[in-house]
Amino acid sequence: MRELREMKATWIIAALGVLFTFAAPSILELFTIITLAQVIGLAILALSLALVWGFGGILCFGQTAFFGVGAYAYVIAAVNFGGSTWAVLIAVLVAAAFAAILGYFVFYGRVSDVYLAVITLTVTLILFSLIRRTSGPEYKVGNALLGGFNGASAPPLNYPWDVSAFMFPEQVFYVAMIALILVYIFCSWLVRTHFGRVCVAIRENEDRAELLAYDTRLYKLGIFTIGAAIAGLGGIFFCIGVSRVTPDVFSLSQSALTIIWVIVGGRGTLIGPILATFALYYLTSTLGSQSVLNTNLVLGTILIIFVLGVPKGVVPAVSDWIQSRRGRKALRARERRLQRRRPSGGQNVGSTEGAE
Amino acid sequence: MDLLVSIILQIVYVIANLALISLGLAIIFGMMRVINLAHGEFLMLGGYTVVVATNNGVNIWVAILILSPLVVGAIGVIVERLLIRFLYGRMVDTLLATWGLSLLFIGLITSIFGASTATTISPPLGVVTIGEYTSSGYELFLIGITILLFVAVYLVLKLTTLGLVARGTMQNAEMASALGVSTSRIYMLTFGLGAAVSGFAGGLLAPITGVLPTIGTVYIAKAFITVISGGAAILAGTTSASILLGGLNGIISFVTGPTLGEVALLLAAIILLRIMPRGITGSIFRKSI
Repeated sequence: MRELREMKATWIIAALGVLFTFAAPSILELFTIITLAQVIGLAILALSLALVWGFGGILCFGQTAFFGVGAYAYVIAAVNFGGSTWAVLIAVLVAAAFAAILGYFVFYGRVSDVYLAVITLTVTLILFSLIRRTSGPEYKVGNALLGGFNGASAPPLNYPWDVSAFMFPEQVFYVAMIALILVYIFCSWLVRTHFGRVCVAIRENEDRAELLAYDTRLYKLGIFTIGAAIAGLGGIFFCIGVSRVTPDVFSLSQSALTIIWVIVGGRGTLIGPILATFALYYLTSTLGSQSVLNTNLVLGTILIIFVLGVPKGVVPAVSDWIQSRRGRKALRARERRLQRRRPSGGQNVGSTEGAE
Repeated sequence: MDLLVSIILQIVYVIANLALISLGLAIIFGMMRVINLAHGEFLMLGGYTVVVATNNGVNIWVAILILSPLVVGAIGVIVERLLIRFLYGRMVDTLLATWGLSLLFIGLITSIFGASTATTISPPLGVVTIGEYTSSGYELFLIGITILLFVAVYLVLKLTTLGLVARGTMQNAEMASALGVSTSRIYMLTFGLGAAVSGFAGGLLAPITGVLPTIGTVYIAKAFITVISGGAAILAGTTSASILLGGLNGIISFVTGPTLGEVALLLAAIILLRIMPRGITGSIFRKSI
């Protein structure tokens, strides 16, 4: 368990998350807590894309497909079994299985990354138009009506194996927050394991990883499937938070939002996209309540500005800035020390160091 | 017999429709290796051009055949100058930036015209009867104009100096610029041409589908999958993929209804890409345009 000891920053962030979880109900209003449950679902979705794209290097534009499949699978299973215990597990498995099948075709077909982006996006959009057409009593799975454009209502969470004990919004918030923290720790651990390191190696140079005898297709399929399972989990909390699932989970704007969260938060970090989700959700809900600026207009502008101006995202840019400041400070301190010792040669040493 | 003719006509229309909405995307992708995620919005802008122009008293044919390609082509040139030209060679960033552009256009049009359009235009050219079945005259016109459009693009690429220079630039930009070609201008014109063709397609479809700020989403999934299945060759790829996928979609839709038609189209495309990862023209018809 060498990895667990290396994750110092992760433990600190997780501890802050736990603190927030216990403090939130006494600081925030109940309405905010209810809303937060769905935002946490979205944050888990952003985290899954941060893992798949930021660490696996897989440009998945349709991560929301697995999110939506998870949400629909939860609703269908919960209605049919009359309880959420198994439904949660089934939803995660269905999302993962869907990704595994799709991933088999794209990774083993050696579809290049840009094609992959477009294919995953297309799958999402086709699911969108497919689910929208399912209004009518004939479209149902077991007892669960799909409900077409209006969607289906999502049964609430209940305590495990006790169907009658429904959870209250505050308890759902606790469960969602704990899930987010656990998934965050899991992802942070995963990218430090041998498997995670190979995935990063494939992201950096697929040919080289393959020449080192790693089956890159299998590793990509693996991280893609794990990412989809996490996205499916996010979908469960989202639909419980909204208490409904509608075809909008598959819409183009939802996929775009997910990509924007990861771009703004920063590829190659896990906490960045989570924070960006909360921040941008706040921004879009504020924008939604006024009518001067259109939300799509603002989101499109943010995306273009970040691609052109801050392609690495906020969190890596800030940490780079801090590091370079710290580096410069250390360099200056060192120069001063050297100058005190050798007043003539200090400048020279300093400038070669700076060039590195 | 009449039934058969009318079914075949319907399937040919599905194919022509698919080819029409994909061609602009295929030009930009095939020539410049840029996947334009704002393609759907170029179609949408073409549609809005036609609706706005017709409502202001412009003849509908002038609006469709002249204004929609001109307006959207000009928008394409502006977009290329302001955005795309900074991103050549960075495919992933181009995807993201054009996606941002797509949201921007949707937001802009929603702000100007509202989330739904007040007025729509009805398709010209009444109905055509085939025995006891009828077919829309405008649909027949669309089939014809799609074929004409493909022939025109082929002639431009194959016979004109511009087409030759453009194809040369796409094959080897450095060599072309060493021979005195302004590659930056060629990129601009190619992107503009692709946008103009998309706008034209959007304008042509506007009387049938109506216009909405988000109508682009209806088209892009099908257009992407067609272009990717077709592969790098613009005309041969789009034509073969449209015939294959559109034909399948048309037949399945006829048998089971439109819902399964699109699913069949997607499944066929994914299986096709498993067998031919570089599209149809990556494996066969490799020398074609």
